[in-house]
Amino acid sequence: MADHVEYGTTGKPHPYHMVRPSIWPLVASFAAGLLALGTVLFMHDVSLGPIHLGVKGTIIGFLGVIAVMFFWWKDVIFEAFTEKAHSPIAQIGLRYGMALFIASEVMFFVAFFWAFFDVSLFANEAIQTARVAYTQGVWPPPQYEMIPTFDVPFLMTMILLLSGCTVTWAHHAILENDVKTMSKALGITVGLGLFFLCFQFYEYTHVTFKFDEGVFASTFFMATGFHGFHVLVGTLFLAVCWWRTNKGHFSKESHFGFEAAAWYWHFVDVVWLFLFIAIYWWGSHGGTPMAH
Amino acid sequence: MTASSAHAHDDHHDHKPGFFTRWFMSTNHKDIGTLYIIFSIVAALVGGWFSMMMRHELGDPGLQLAENGQQWNVWITAHGLIMVFFVVMPGLIGGFGNWFLPLMIGAPDMAFPRLNNISFWLIVPAFLLLCASAFVDGGAGTGWTIYPPLSSDLGHPGMSVDMAIFALHLAGASSILGAANFITTIFNMRAPGMTLHKMPLFVWAMLVTAFLLVLSLPVLGGAITMLLTDRNFGTDFFKPEGGGDPILFQHLFWFFGHPEVYIMILPAFGIVSHIVSTFSKKPVFGYLGMAYAMVAIGVVGFIVWAHHMYTSGISLNTKAYFTAATLIIAVPTGIKIFSWIATMWGGSIEFKTPMLWALGFIFLFTVGGVTGVVLANAGMDTSLHDTYYVVAHFHYVLSLGAVFALFAGFYYWIGKMSGRMYPELAGKIHFWITFIGVNLVFFPQHFLGLAGMPRRYVDYPAPIPPPELTGMLVNPIKKIEWIISQDYGYHLWNYVSTMGAYLSGFSVLVFLGIVFYTLFFGRRAEANYWNVQPQVMTLEWTLSSPPPFHQFEIQPSVK
Repeated sequence: MADHVEYGTTGKPHPYHMVRPSIWPLVASFAAGLLALGTVLFMHDVSLGPIHLGVKGTIIGFLGVIAVMFFWWKDVIFEAFTEKAHSPIAQIGLRYGMALFIASEVMFFVAFFWAFFDVSLFANEAIQTARVAYTQGVWPPPQYEMIPTFDVPFLMTMILLLSGCTVTWAHHAILENDVKTMSKALGITVGLGLFFLCFQFYEYTHVTFKFDEGVFASTFFMATGFHGFHVLVGTLFLAVCWWRTNKGHFSKESHFGFEAAAWYWHFVDVVWLFLFIAIYWWGSHGGTPMAH
Repeated sequence: MTASSAHAHDDHHDHKPGFFTRWFMSTNHKDIGTLYIIFSIVAALVGGWFSMMMRHELGDPGLQLAENGQQWNVWITAHGLIMVFFVVMPGLIGGFGNWFLPLMIGAPDMAFPRLNNISFWLIVPAFLLLCASAFVDGGAGTGWTIYPPLSSDLGHPGMSVDMAIFALHLAGASSILGAANFITTIFNMRAPGMTLHKMPLFVWAMLVTAFLLVLSLPVLGGAITMLLTDRNFGTDFFKPEGGGDPILFQHLFWFFGHPEVYIMILPAFGIVSHIVSTFSKKPVFGYLGMAYAMVAIGVVGFIVWAHHMYTSGISLNTKAYFTAATLIIAVPTGIKIFSWIATMWGGSIEFKTPMLWALGFIFLFTVGGVTGVVLANAGMDTSLHDTYYVVAHFHYVLSLGAVFALFAGFYYWIGKMSGRMYPELAGKIHFWITFIGVNLVFFPQHFLGLAGMPRRYVDYPAPIPPPELTGMLVNPIKKIEWIISQDYGYHLWNYVSTMGAYLSGFSVLVFLGIVFYTLFFGRRAEANYWNVQPQVMTLEWTLSSPPPFHQFEIQPSVK
């Protein structure tokens, strides 16, 4: 194809990890399909006599997806730890895969930030008369009560930043083969993740606007809620790594499962910093203060 | 699932697993590629059936098949979404990408074989959801662009649009995972010595395509998630009365949608490069230019999205920018067209069936590209927007571009994939019938568009033909004579277009016959059945036809 390419042989077997056939992709796909269908039926409250099809379908589909995740990753851990099938080059592949997954997640958040900036930067765009009537030409719209920036949100920022430190502490520990310290640091990180989620729960139950109350609430809850879901996933990911640390799965040479969790955690952390600056700080500056 | 079974597996490396394990639990890129191709053909028959109904409907004024405009809208929506997400993408990327990307880079499989399988299986429930959506609560009549407020609970209060949204979620997840898999495979599993600048152009095409998928599809995912909550949970993202903005959805959709059109055409570019080179017996002219032209198309493809929105009220400055940026794309695309021509120049050209499809691609894609340059201008587009001129344009680049590349790739590689050759004469007949058919369908649509016929309409005003001149079995000459004897409006070219559609429909039957004949009676294919010359060789031709179940157990090297 390119000029002057000649093919030969290295004479050596390839160094990659050939994966055995697996039922999980098939089961996962149809469980996801059932979850989707169930959610549609649930949202439209479809029932067959006394049976709420939507609720049942959603629950079965969801449990199916969760079960597949458990068994699929169990297989991956078996291949990695018991079979030692993840050759050095296979590990590089896993790194590419995780980095690309995070890149796609970043683009998900781009959509929600786009929605936020579309309305916050152009709250008084004259062509959009209905919007200007709603926002009264300013951002944040005066009918919303703002969460005080340097109150709970700032505390949440500090919690996530601290958890970023502790996860790095865990990383340094495993680079010294110090499993005991790693376990301690990871345990603290998981605790901080849960702590963050508790504060988010507190915040959601104390704000004075609801998801379906206008565009400020829509963008606020969609962006922070989607992030909160990612914190939950990241916390579970780190918790599994914590459990694996205590099982002795990680060593100085081989701990990519943990590194992937740490990458994911840093990604969640950085998204939060953007949320904090854009939505909690800049985006609520000059708004109606919230009565305590 | 023990280590010993893995060991046994290694010992008998060409031992194929049993039927269920092989096709439902596959971790083999070639088998998954085959599944994708079968799926794509099945989905094409469904999507094609919708287009047949549409063309039959528009063959005459009045309502033939559709009960009302909503039903018509459901057909166009199903046709568009099926063709984009369940035919072209699974065929070009899932099918040929899976089959030939690992072969061309000397890899034994994809980087994540299990992930590869979920990428395939996710599109099955997605397709079922989408098909079901057409039959529930009046169907999703939103167009493939699913713009609110038509797609919001105002326009479509039923379940259909929610089903379509989830179908897109599933198909999107499938594509994102598949794309990450392709990128990892390309970056991590090339044979020693195969630098990026020695990679075959199809692999380059897949690399750029996969990056576009990873970066653009999540934005669609976010957009349709917001649409979903607007519909079902009372949010106001796209509702002006709550401070939202329906144009926001168009921005988000086209930020995905424009890269999406390159996602569909870049793999086609890759396939055509190989075929033109093989049958001209010359290396591709300007290999690096060809590779980086695709990179440039991919990059610039991200910053031209609002040329789909010239009539949505965006500002004059915005229009000026998007016009200029869009016209820029013609430069790398021109590099590709002229390099294909230069590849053929002075070559010893063999007009085998794949080459005919590749040449058809180059010619027809250029026609679609030229009308694209016309439409890129905001001033022109103001009058042509949402007319049949646009329909003609994007069908020239997709239906006559991407689909021609699908057929080109099929004829080029079916011997490699199945181990059997297609009948050459029948392949050529299939090409010529399709070529005439699809041009009859779409060329007249330029005239209709320039005359102002709007797209997404079930009917047009014209004199109703007498009963003896209606139906499919009418002498077309007599009918055309009758039409031009009237004040016919849009009837004439719609009728010609519909006649072309019948011919194209017939060509599909010819194709299915060829597939059947090839798989059961085709003569056995040699390893290098096209006699691919050393200077244009890619690694798939060094393997048997079909290749062993696991190839390259001993790693090849590249100099």
